[in-house]
Amino acid sequence: MRGLLTLAGLLLVWQAAILFGDLPPYLLPSPLAVALSLWRNAGALLGHTVVTALEIALGMLLGTLLGGVTALVLGYSRRARRWLLPMLIASQAIPVFAIAPLLVLWLGYGLGSKIAMAMLIIYFPVTANFYDGLRHTPQGWLDLARVMAPADRRWAVLRHIAIPAALPALASGLRVAAAVAPIGAVLGEWVGASAGLGYLMLHANSRMQIDLMFAALGVLAALAVGLYFAVDAGLKKLLPWHSAHPETTAAD
Amino acid sequence: MLTSSAVIPPPASLVPLAVHLRAARLVYAGLTLFDRLDLELIGGSFTCLLGPSGIGKSSLLRLLAGLTPPGISGELHGGDGLPLTGRVACMAQQDLLLPWLNVLDNVTLGSRLRGERTDRQRALELLVRVGLADCALARPDTLSGGMRQRAALARTLMEDRPVVLMDEPFSGLDALTRLRLQALAVELLAGRTVLLITHDPLEALRLGEHILVMNGRPATLQALPDLPGAPPRDPGDPAVQAAYRAILRRLEVVA
Repeated sequence: MRGLLTLAGLLLVWQAAILFGDLPPYLLPSPLAVALSLWRNAGALLGHTVVTALEIALGMLLGTLLGGVTALVLGYSRRARRWLLPMLIASQAIPVFAIAPLLVLWLGYGLGSKIAMAMLIIYFPVTANFYDGLRHTPQGWLDLARVMAPADRRWAVLRHIAIPAALPALASGLRVAAAVAPIGAVLGEWVGASAGLGYLMLHANSRMQIDLMFAALGVLAALAVGLYFAVDAGLKKLLPWHSAHPETTAAD
Repeated sequence: MLTSSAVIPPPASLVPLAVHLRAARLVYAGLTLFDRLDLELIGGSFTCLLGPSGIGKSSLLRLLAGLTPPGISGELHGGDGLPLTGRVACMAQQDLLLPWLNVLDNVTLGSRLRGERTDRQRALELLVRVGLADCALARPDTLSGGMRQRAALARTLMEDRPVVLMDEPFSGLDALTRLRLQALAVELLAGRTVLLITHDPLEALRLGEHILVMNGRPATLQALPDLPGAPPRDPGDPAVQAAYRAILRRLEVVA
């Protein structure tokens, strides 16, 4: 509610700037013009939104799967830690943006390259957060498991204790992922695409349809914010024991 | 639904098992906490180990539990000469209940970790015994501290091991809850070899058939004379009070 009020206030400031600032519409269109453009181009915007949303959703899904599996392998195997972890961390020095043109070259102008972008951009936060959670299982629980079961039951301990205990950490990773996945998809669209909100923004920009560009930006922002809150709410529902009493996981 | 009069057949595995520890040694940060320490637990008896904090009580318990911390060594076996592995159950000061599982699933955790079939019927019966029959499906964070520790006790009993090691299991509870849980523990752990660590002399006097005092550096173990009467003893009993004063005097001398 407060957020909506702030938004309304900002829109007023924007409209006032147009009225009193004498800004040309090709630099900053009025909120009204953007709203009109949104209305007139609703059909086209919807089509592009579906494309971008699909890229983000599939990128999130694949990135989460890949990141989750990587974290599990790292958590389970000491050898994997020794061989993969330094490379994984070093690879973060490469800006994902820089390889976007390569992805488009390899995977084409279609969905593939955008999904790959979104996937790559969320892969590290998901992996790092989940792995961190897996490494920090409270010692008391591990001791209890050690007394209950023989040492060769490592997988059972991982499955019944370490993985559930790390889910809140994975959830933090997924919240970050929800915030950055749209960046990946739009970036992929900027580098080369024939559909999607990012493509529409560039397209409108080059034709001086700044009001349409703002409309696309508004839809993209709404999509990203909606995604974040949906993921956040979903995670809270899935992990009621954590959101209700965060201190219980600190017990050791 | 089960009633509190449900009868639990005595577990077949319950042959009293003595515990022998010889020449235990713990060096921590260059400091010898104990050296050449011997400990004998009589099969089926309830022993309390009393000592100030930081003396190495918990480390000794971890050694017995097979959770050997670095810098500790010693020769450990059961009264039958075999290792204790798989014959010990533990209960700590923290209940260590997994917050994402309900009480029943927490109680049966051990069988799932071992990949065995889960005997839910027995778990439910144990929950009746500890007074948590109505909370079997509740999540731990909805329970009070005393109820959570009852659930931990049920989980410990579910393991059905002849040796039970307890590290200040009641010290986080309020006085009344503690008294009730102490009585319950004595009743339900009968027949098992129990070692309970505490820094509360009164708790040791209330619960212990045998009481060992651990103090000094390097620490040594001394047995106190056994008190008359069977645990749980009344804290107001004159014999308990007299022994309490004697222990306080002894601890003060060392401190």
